Amino acid sequence: MLFTEQQAREVMQKALQYSKADECVVNLQGSDSGNIRYANNAVSTSGENSTTSLVVTSAFGKKSGIATINEFDDASLEKVVRRSEELAQLAPENPEYMPILGPQKYSSSNAYFKSTAAFSPEQRANAAAASILPARQRKLIAAGYLQHNNGFQAMLNSKGLFAYHPSTDVRFSVTVRNEAGTGSGYASRGYNDITKLDTGIASKIAMDKAEGSAKAVAIEPGKYTVILEPAAVAVLLENMFFNMDARSADEGRSFMSKPGGKTKVGEKLVDSKVNIYSDPTHPDLPTATWSEDGRPLERTNWIENGVMKNLYASRYWAENKGAKSIPMPNNAIMEGGKASLDDMIKNTKRGILVTRLWYIRSVDPQTLLLTGLTRDGTFLIENGKIKHPVKNFRFNESPIIMLNNLEEMGRPERVVSGESNINYILPPLKVRDFTFSSLSDAV
Amino acid sequence: MYLAGMGAGALMLPIPVMGNHMPPEALLGQMDVALKKELADVALNAARSSGATYADIRIGRYLNQYVITRDNKVENTVNTESYGAGVRVLADGAWGFVAADNITRDNIASMAKKAVTIAKANARLLEQPVVLAPQQGYGEVSWKTPIEKNALAIPIKEKADLLLAVNDAAMKSGANYMNSLLFLVNEQKYFASTDGSYIDQDVHRIWPIFIATAIDPATGKFETRQSLSSPMGMGYEYLDGRKESKVASVTTLYGNHYDMLEDATAAGKQAVEKLKAKSVEAGKYDLVLDPSHLWLTIHESVGHPLELDRVLGYEANFAGTSFATLDKWKSKNFKYGSDRVNLFADKTQPGSLGAVGYDDEGVKTKQWDLVKDGTLVNYQATRDQAHIIGEKESHGCCYADSWSSVQFQRMPNVSLAAGKTPLSVQDMIKDVKKGIYIICDGSFSIDQQRYNFQFGGQLFYEIKDGQIAGQLRDVAYQSNTQEFWNSCAAICDERDYRLGGSFFDGKGQPEQVSSVSHGSATTRFNGVNVINTARKI
Repeated sequence: MLFTEQQAREVMQKALQYSKADECVVNLQGSDSGNIRYANNAVSTSGENSTTSLVVTSAFGKKSGIATINEFDDASLEKVVRRSEELAQLAPENPEYMPILGPQKYSSSNAYFKSTAAFSPEQRANAAAASILPARQRKLIAAGYLQHNNGFQAMLNSKGLFAYHPSTDVRFSVTVRNEAGTGSGYASRGYNDITKLDTGIASKIAMDKAEGSAKAVAIEPGKYTVILEPAAVAVLLENMFFNMDARSADEGRSFMSKPGGKTKVGEKLVDSKVNIYSDPTHPDLPTATWSEDGRPLERTNWIENGVMKNLYASRYWAENKGAKSIPMPNNAIMEGGKASLDDMIKNTKRGILVTRLWYIRSVDPQTLLLTGLTRDGTFLIENGKIKHPVKNFRFNESPIIMLNNLEEMGRPERVVSGESNINYILPPLKVRDFTFSSLSDAV
Repeated sequence: MYLAGMGAGALMLPIPVMGNHMPPEALLGQMDVALKKELADVALNAARSSGATYADIRIGRYLNQYVITRDNKVENTVNTESYGAGVRVLADGAWGFVAADNITRDNIASMAKKAVTIAKANARLLEQPVVLAPQQGYGEVSWKTPIEKNALAIPIKEKADLLLAVNDAAMKSGANYMNSLLFLVNEQKYFASTDGSYIDQDVHRIWPIFIATAIDPATGKFETRQSLSSPMGMGYEYLDGRKESKVASVTTLYGNHYDMLEDATAAGKQAVEKLKAKSVEAGKYDLVLDPSHLWLTIHESVGHPLELDRVLGYEANFAGTSFATLDKWKSKNFKYGSDRVNLFADKTQPGSLGAVGYDDEGVKTKQWDLVKDGTLVNYQATRDQAHIIGEKESHGCCYADSWSSVQFQRMPNVSLAAGKTPLSVQDMIKDVKKGIYIICDGSFSIDQQRYNFQFGGQLFYEIKDGQIAGQLRDVAYQSNTQEFWNSCAAICDERDYRLGGSFFDGKGQPEQVSSVSHGSATTRFNGVNVINTARKI
């Protein structure tokens, strides 16, 4: 169920009126979403669902409790507040409990589009048809998924902090294989405004790669110069983003830790071409401008000219360390260059073009060593041209080592992680000495 | 919220947000079956009158409890409840699905009608209509996980005190940091279909887990050692550490009951030892794999490739397809593994995560063979897939992780049968000249057709001339599924058979989780490629 800003405020205010706790926070969120999934050139499943929940956190001193409900009449609102208060009284004192924040100023960000909110089952079927029908014509086999969401999140607390963020988004991905099962291609897209999505154009890329990757040749694993398309960059870099927590670094259990309880903040850890920041108001990647605990989210530089600038921290940890309190960001953007992917290929004497990487897992958190495999289009580049498709590889590589071996960055674009579904803005990267450790027979 | 909720990699314990918070006393009640039947009939009648040729409804109440601690603090106690219904229909030969948490009679009827509208919109893109294997209606039946103690009924304080004692024990024995938590799940689910089944099930699962971290301040190195527990389809009795469930080895291993305090004490010590352990020399080794490790290799290299939806291409856009194609199965001579390899599927083993009475499309559960004497003989199928492999009935492996998710083919328990001739772990190790004994799962990755894989672990012990020669570090092994299972050289007997498993196996779009167990006895694989994972940044 969806609430307007006014409706959300009224429901949360009503709940707060029942509060007898020292502090009380009400969070309200809801979404209506629809999806369509297809495989073997036919729709396999499709559906819709609608959910809402009201979460009440009550605190007496440093004791807090949480309760939730999805009914909004007066009796239900009072019941959920009383339940959270009872839980708070039963809970052990948490020495890390932080008093709630007062009213905050948030910047504005437009992540809501009527077009996405109004998307119908018929439009979903049409979007799938624009992918399936051309695949049938080209005697290829398409499998894909489209999901659109229309939702909101809101927050009101007993110190008067209020926040509301409506948002819509759509994500689409398609894998196309040839009938012999010897070639496979992939494309994915993520937007807030569904009118930007053309499933036919994305599917054409996947179809071209499916045909182009057939008859792959095995070449020896080893260290290669690679051009990683943004979808491949996303799944490597997000593992670095997820590990940029100040507490872990301070405690000595992160790639950002140094001997003797120090951290690498302020040190140049990667190539000086690397600049990574987050910005909830970025027009191409808008997100909520506040974090779950009510802290404002602002543009933050994480890596500047190769130097590690900031780590995110809980309010407790930041206060404990006397550090600036920076919440975990809602997005990540890496600056790039102006070259297109084609330009980058033209500038490469010998290398491997990687469409995407898959099944990424941490092997060693100390060095951020990751493993995973290439998938859906891996090609040998020689003298500025794609020479032939190559068999897939397993890699063992750290994004830190990779960002040290950076040769060139292309034009950044919005991309969806195939592992976490998180959207980023990232460039394609050319990297030397990328470590492929074995071959895979998978197509 | 994009990045929100993602913790620091190595320390991140998987805490999925699967429902709404709620107070503890509300976790113990059950919904009225008569009311559920009445609502179900509204949906089934509305679907039929709108043109559905088949319909089912699942009314679910999904309860979770998490107790989360760090060092000497309880970070959070969370009770969640998620209540709602999902209606699935077949109309014009296509599936349609609608779910909502507003389950009034009127809304249930309109959900069913909307599901029919969705199915009809999709039907024009069908090449072949869905064919369902026949299924008898069971009338009104019920099933419950055979638990001794309902973990949700144990006071929160008792659970929090246990975890704090566990953290204290590990820190006293050497760990610098401890994260521990207890996950409890109770699925109260009601299934009804136009076949005439009304099935009420009460499913319980438990998973205690910790991660001990040891740090060497001089070098800045850190190592972790995860608990040797397994998620189980059991009640709180899993945590009573019964002696008969303990297995003596280089460290104590656990069967159907777990001693968390004892394991934490060992973990603190072993994490410190790991900091000073020898870095492995890359090369070929004979691997002796404990069930606490081997379950994950079975899961990835046998469980997933034999899911029929993957084989048929339905997961091509996400989890992938499979090397175990229908032509290999039809040949009746595809050697998946050596002659001693027998792998079976089931949803019936007591204590296992997959055990239920009926699956989520109303099929009674059973056991069947997947690989017999090394040869591929079968897959895992649901009602709409059974006809493709010539089966007259479904295998009963349909599952949805919530009322709001559509049910589809999910992995049953897939297990390696114990060896038929008597063999103890000690006798197995005695025969190994150059090997590594691996305990508990670690890093894991496999390609989208399930050929090439790489696995780490928690504890690696070097075996030299039949003797354990101390811990190793930086170990991972890489192999190819068929090559690996054909290198299976010995399997311990049923005295060593234990379950491991996954609480959160992901598949599908939108992604759903499921819980599944994998049993085995300690098993030896010869000549496997081991790599060294140490790097410098």
